[in-house]
Amino acid sequence: MILEAYLLLAAALFSVGLFGALSQQSVVMVMMGLELMVNAVIVAAASLWFFVSPERADGQVLVLVAVTAMAVEMAMGFAVTTAIFRARDVDMVDMAADLGDGGDR
Amino acid sequence: MTETVVFAVCAVCAVASGAAVFVVDSMARATFALLASFLLTAAAILLLGLSYLGVLVVLMMIMEMMVMAVFMIMYMMNPAGLMPMTMVHNKAGSLVVSVGVFLLLAAGAVFVPWPERTGEPPADPTLALGEAVMGEHMLVMMLVGLVLFATMVAATVLTTHRGRYERYGDDLRRESPDDPIGGGLDR
Amino acid sequence: MSGAAPLWTVLLVPVLLFAFGYGAAAGTAALRARAAGTAPAAGLTAPARESARLLVQRRRTIPGADTLLWRLGGALVPVAAVLAALVVPLGSMAVGDLSVGVVWFNAMEVVLWAALWMLGWGADSAWGLVGGYRFLVQGLSYELPHMFALTAAALGAGSLRVSDVVAAQEQVWFAVLMPAAFAVYLVSALAMAFWGPFGTPVGRDLAGGAAAELSGVDLLVLRAGRYVFLAVVAAMAVPLFLGGGAGPLLPGWAWTLVKTAGVVALLVWLGHRLPAVRMDRFTEVGWVVLVPVTLLQVLVVAVFVLTR
Repeated sequence: MILEAYLLLAAALFSVGLFGALSQQSVVMVMMGLELMVNAVIVAAASLWFFVSPERADGQVLVLVAVTAMAVEMAMGFAVTTAIFRARDVDMVDMAADLGDGGDR
Repeated sequence: MTETVVFAVCAVCAVASGAAVFVVDSMARATFALLASFLLTAAAILLLGLSYLGVLVVLMMIMEMMVMAVFMIMYMMNPAGLMPMTMVHNKAGSLVVSVGVFLLLAAGAVFVPWPERTGEPPADPTLALGEAVMGEHMLVMMLVGLVLFATMVAATVLTTHRGRYERYGDDLRRESPDDPIGGGLDR
Repeated sequence: MSGAAPLWTVLLVPVLLFAFGYGAAAGTAALRARAAGTAPAAGLTAPARESARLLVQRRRTIPGADTLLWRLGGALVPVAAVLAALVVPLGSMAVGDLSVGVVWFNAMEVVLWAALWMLGWGADSAWGLVGGYRFLVQGLSYELPHMFALTAAALGAGSLRVSDVVAAQEQVWFAVLMPAAFAVYLVSALAMAFWGPFGTPVGRDLAGGAAAELSGVDLLVLRAGRYVFLAVVAAMAVPLFLGGGAGPLLPGWAWTLVKTAGVVALLVWLGHRLPAVRMDRFTEVGWVVLVPVTLLQVLVVAVFVLTR
């Protein structure tokens, strides 16, 4: 096993997640894409810990932070979805573009 | 050798099931494809000797995906995928961007001269992690705690549409709150 | 204390679990028979007769069912039970004495959330899905107190390794040292095996809930898996809170079996005696009562560990 293999796995997961986050219209699916991207960060941090500086715990701490980021992303994402669904019956990202520049609306 | 084979299988399957999330019609299957992807990457992490973090990822991802399944049924028009439909925008552009990002990241992973490994993994990485977050990285732990607490409060505030006036009446004089679901303590 | 058991013991795990599961099922049948006024002794063979009936019953197929997830959910119940049991020591030997055994046990038992939800979802039945949802609510209510109970035991031992937890109980059992954690563990054990008062995910008011559309061998797998799961959570209570294989006269493995049988019997009896708990009620109890209780318990244990 080598570091490059793990980083390639992380890159592939990140790209798949990015494709989902960019292309999906449903908020839930966008969040699945974001989760995949954070998962890639977890893989990369764990592999960099093991292959570069295993005697320091920094990589492990980064994994812990990424896991937390995932949980926060889930909670806030669904909270915002619920709020906007209650207010306007919207469950697709295209209809929630209030904070965009409004060029194509 | 065995480890390499296990890693290769896990990595390929993880990416494949990650891609399956955006291919399958049934949203339930998409959720469990995502879960499978997480579990397979957790196996890859376990191969690195990170037993605590690997099992933690397994534990957390199962719980998280089950919560996601609830919201998936709530907000998707067609959760079972019985009538195949696609809900995407700018698919070609997204594909180009993500393939480009992959090539960029892969080139970085392969061509960057990564530093030589310094030191050996500790006998118990879990202990090292615990000492780090309770020692030199304590600020990280404190911030994580604060952020999680803020998230709990903010998420509750955002999702609930009932405030104290709904619960205790307009002049807040009601003896017991008027809740749609009573709870078990008769408060 | 720790020991990597030889490989053949992997085969022993499902056998023992099955035996305890059968005992739990037989005990339940005997208690029900006594409550109904018939001879309790007939309950001893009731699980075997019921299994035989289910084995020859035809499997139900449903149009529109998500067969993949449905079958997977059923199979995951016993599989998760056996995987969780790998870290439970028999005497001083466990199949896999992982350095994070307690977390492993917790992770495998959460697999049940996915399994029950898949069962409820896959059958293309409203009752099933409501049952699956009920189990998720139940899970979100019992899981945090359960985790803190496990944390208390691990904290008392200063290790996540199950054999270390056993070793730390040489002087005094954790059930005595941290009674609140033990009590919460027993409550969450009932809840995670959706047993007795927490059986509403497969309750009769939902026409069987997550199991509404199951029949034949599928129903057998779920029911057997549930009893096996009850046996696993009971078996884990022994190393965590009841001193593992410690005891006079008998060898360690025998004490483990005796204590496990005792906990299984207690859980079966409690499940028979207690009325069903509605999830909207238990959720508030879990979060407002059990979480603070277990947090205080963890605090007490932490102080105890520091001053010891």
